[in-house]
Amino acid sequence: MSVSFLISQAKSIQKVIDENSAEIEVLDQKIGDGDHIFNIQRGLKLVVELEDAIKDLPLAKALNMIAMKVLSGIGGSSGALFGTFFMTMAKSSDLDKDVDFNKACEMIISGIKAMKERGKADVGEKTMMDVLLPVSEKLNELKNNGEFKTGLNEVIKIAEERMLSTKDMLATKGRASFLGERAKGHIDPGARSSQLIIDTICKSVINN
Amino acid sequence: MKKFINNNDDFLKESLTGFGKAHSDIINVNLDPSFVSRKNKTKDGKVSLISGGGSGHEPMHGGFVGHGMLDAACPGFVFSAPTPDQMQAAAEHVDSGAGVLFIVKNYSGDIMNFEMGAEMYSGKNDSIITNDDVAVEDSTFTTGRRGVAATVLVEKIVGSLAEHNGSLEECKKLGEKVNKNAGTMGVAFTSCTVPAAGKPTFDIGDDEMEFGVGIHGEPGRKREKIQPSKTIVGNILEAILDNLKPEKNEKNLLFVNGMGGTPLTELYLVYEDACQILQSKGVEVTKSLVGNYCTSLEMQGASITLLKCDDEILKHWDAPVHTAAMRWGM
Repeated sequence: MSVSFLISQAKSIQKVIDENSAEIEVLDQKIGDGDHIFNIQRGLKLVVELEDAIKDLPLAKALNMIAMKVLSGIGGSSGALFGTFFMTMAKSSDLDKDVDFNKACEMIISGIKAMKERGKADVGEKTMMDVLLPVSEKLNELKNNGEFKTGLNEVIKIAEERMLSTKDMLATKGRASFLGERAKGHIDPGARSSQLIIDTICKSVINN
Repeated sequence: MKKFINNNDDFLKESLTGFGKAHSDIINVNLDPSFVSRKNKTKDGKVSLISGGGSGHEPMHGGFVGHGMLDAACPGFVFSAPTPDQMQAAAEHVDSGAGVLFIVKNYSGDIMNFEMGAEMYSGKNDSIITNDDVAVEDSTFTTGRRGVAATVLVEKIVGSLAEHNGSLEECKKLGEKVNKNAGTMGVAFTSCTVPAAGKPTFDIGDDEMEFGVGIHGEPGRKREKIQPSKTIVGNILEAILDNLKPEKNEKNLLFVNGMGGTPLTELYLVYEDACQILQSKGVEVTKSLVGNYCTSLEMQGASITLLKCDDEILKHWDAPVHTAAMRWGM
């Protein structure tokens, strides 16, 4: 993981999210209040715009700037959760040394753990954590395993399955939880956007 | 979408700037990070009250900054929780050393961002969470009830106690009592349109209403055919009374709140219907509030809040207040 990797991922994710924005917006209008997609898009735009400011910075500083930008520029649940994710990654030790695949996995795992604590949500509650927690568990298996390309294909699969599994869940956290039975039958918008992010990053790592 | 708007990116900034100019005798508007604060510095020893939330609910919360109510308000983007740096900056700006009480509506995004703001602020602080919406069943399986219109009452009543030198602990205790004593439920006839979305948040038929709607247009208990006001008001009150169970001869405040698109004429009709129904049930109404205080952009609809009042609550309700949206006694 490097600063240029972060910037190129942000750009690819922005493209994928934009392509799927109509779908996510509709999902959120069905069971939320419709702000999720705008928050995600605003956040990605802010991060992409940081390119000139962070491209020559050490990784820890760049992650910290991204965290502050995300935390102060997005708002809503997404801002707090993704801000927490980057803040935690920025606090990882030894970021001045080479960050290899295993180290990157560890950083992402600790970031997702912090998101879970901030949102107090677990698997099965119809939120983005339904995608992120299983992905984090899989990454934990993959690190220190030489065959990470095969493993990342499994991560892509897990993310998609877990995203789809939110469709028939009752929500117990977030805006959708106020709906009870009426939230059933709709995929959680946060789970969908998280799955798209995971999908984009994994494919790019596999193809490089 | 028909709105007074120049471009979406500047929507909130332009509105806030105008708010600041229109009420420059009472408040200041700070941009980047955005917060509204009192024109006059918080007096020494007075606990500071800070609230906030997504924009689109005006006059909540910026319209309640001023003597007898809030010290600062942090507006987020339309219907999105504000960010932690806003709360931190507002707290640093207004705290006179007596501590800060954050008043937060029970929504995941608001809770998380206020929590982070409180962690980032080094001064003494505490929080209260409002959750007065009886449309949502309170159970261990949900985030809990939503915080809606009773937040206005909490801000007014605790604001008075803070003005009368109540400590941080006393202010929190009173705020929790007001929240516990209040129940709210709303009905929507039309959707609202978030500027960034450009189209209505939900589809609803000309002859339909959403019973138990949330203040962001979130679906409520059920979608029904529209009914006469008396029937709608009766159903809302039934849900509230079921929850609050006021004692006979207990004093109550009746608050009819417009969602933004319903004229005052109708809100007063709702108030009349509610008074009659409550009287027939032996529920005494001693205080009133009618108007657009906790809105959902241009949504047509209304919510009713009932607040059980003891002497302490009544005293602080009547105390002088001078804000952009609420003013009496001074």
